[in-house]
Amino acid sequence: MASLKLIGARPSPYVNRVQFALNLKSLDYEFLVEKFGTKSELLLKSNPVHKKIPVLIHDDKPICESLIIVEYIDEIWTSGPPLLPSDPYDRALARFWAAYIDDKWAPLLRELRTAQEEEEKKRVLDQMFQVLIQLEGAYRQCSKGKAFFGGDNVGYLDIALGGFLGWMKVAEKLIGVRLLDEAKTPALVGWAERFCSHDALKDAVPTAEELLEFAQKHFMAKPPTPN
Amino acid sequence: MVEEVKLFRTWSSPYALRIVWALKLKGIEYETIFEDISNKSPLLLRYNPVHKKVPVLLHRGKSISESLVILEYIEDTWKQAPLLPESPYEIARAHFWAKFSDSKLMPAIWHVFLTQGKQQEEAIPPAIEILKIIEEELKGKKYFGGQTIGLADIAFGWMANLLYVLEEITGLKLMNTQNFPSLSAWINNFSDVPAIKENWPPHEKLVTKFQAIREKYLAAGATK
Repeated sequence: MASLKLIGARPSPYVNRVQFALNLKSLDYEFLVEKFGTKSELLLKSNPVHKKIPVLIHDDKPICESLIIVEYIDEIWTSGPPLLPSDPYDRALARFWAAYIDDKWAPLLRELRTAQEEEEKKRVLDQMFQVLIQLEGAYRQCSKGKAFFGGDNVGYLDIALGGFLGWMKVAEKLIGVRLLDEAKTPALVGWAERFCSHDALKDAVPTAEELLEFAQKHFMAKPPTPN
Repeated sequence: MVEEVKLFRTWSSPYALRIVWALKLKGIEYETIFEDISNKSPLLLRYNPVHKKVPVLLHRGKSISESLVILEYIEDTWKQAPLLPESPYEIARAHFWAKFSDSKLMPAIWHVFLTQGKQQEEAIPPAIEILKIIEEELKGKKYFGGQTIGLADIAFGWMANLLYVLEEITGLKLMNTQNFPSLSAWINNFSDVPAIKENWPPHEKLVTKFQAIREKYLAAGATK
């Protein structure tokens, strides 16, 4: 029986991606939780190059980098709908937009978190909306009128973006601006609702409560110290 | 019927060169469309509206952008001379190293190349650490993929000539055969492959171009 371990933590969007894939394939795994701020020996041994989560350990072999892991899972466990499309062009589209999400969206979320001035926040938010509008277009192109980026079934690109849904909802609570907005990106709003209510995925999307608690513990600005 | 394959590129883009190599290794016929980055063609803007960059591959009337995505598309479409191994685990490793080239090595090298003085001094040790990681990975291997050239080798290929170009321009030697025997051997092995050897951009032209890029960056930094 294959032994599957996932080194990670629920607040990580990248870890969530792997959890989505494992759930969609109905795979059992041992979740080895990494504490924020420390790196376990197993993590350092399994991912010596980046020392980051997620790491999937399959039969004692480590696989790193969330989207690489998702693809690996898709290739090994072939029962059920595939996560990546079979047509080369559709695969290229999925990979292109997944790379776009990692290159453009993820850094902006980080910038928003650390932005101090209102001006800076507004600038980052404007860029985020631009990215979301692009992703709205990508959704329309890839879904071809169906429920998910992957069509009838959740796929690679759904997973790539879905990892961020938890934090997007928390960002809304923290800054009071709705990122997924009916007016700007209606199709993505519908997609997000379907993703978060999907049987295999809903438990893997972290709740706003747990992320808020995490953010408060690790990210909130400490009160200014007197000079 | 010959299926038209077109590649939008510049003569110097290391990303576009990856696609040239992949197409040559697989023996795929294609037409090259050279772009002037300071004056991008309407076609390029139409085929890559998101990033507006080269390389872009056009096949069966559809455009694919981002060099690593294009490489995967080529691998998915043309099965001869495979660039990826068979086992999913080895495929994952190839993907890992291809990504490492762009996410870690390239930024570190650029940081050394586009700085001077103290900033450059500080940029050197991290770049060498990254080269050491690659050296370690290549120990006992002819190529990243083992005995045959593959996706990760193509992703790292820019290193095999640009490192020397950047060395010539800055006078800085980041690696040598003594401290980096596996990496040095890889550079030789990679460069010896005919499809690679026959397609290097002209060395002197690269030196001139990258010298100009460095000067432009340093000047922009100085006026801040």
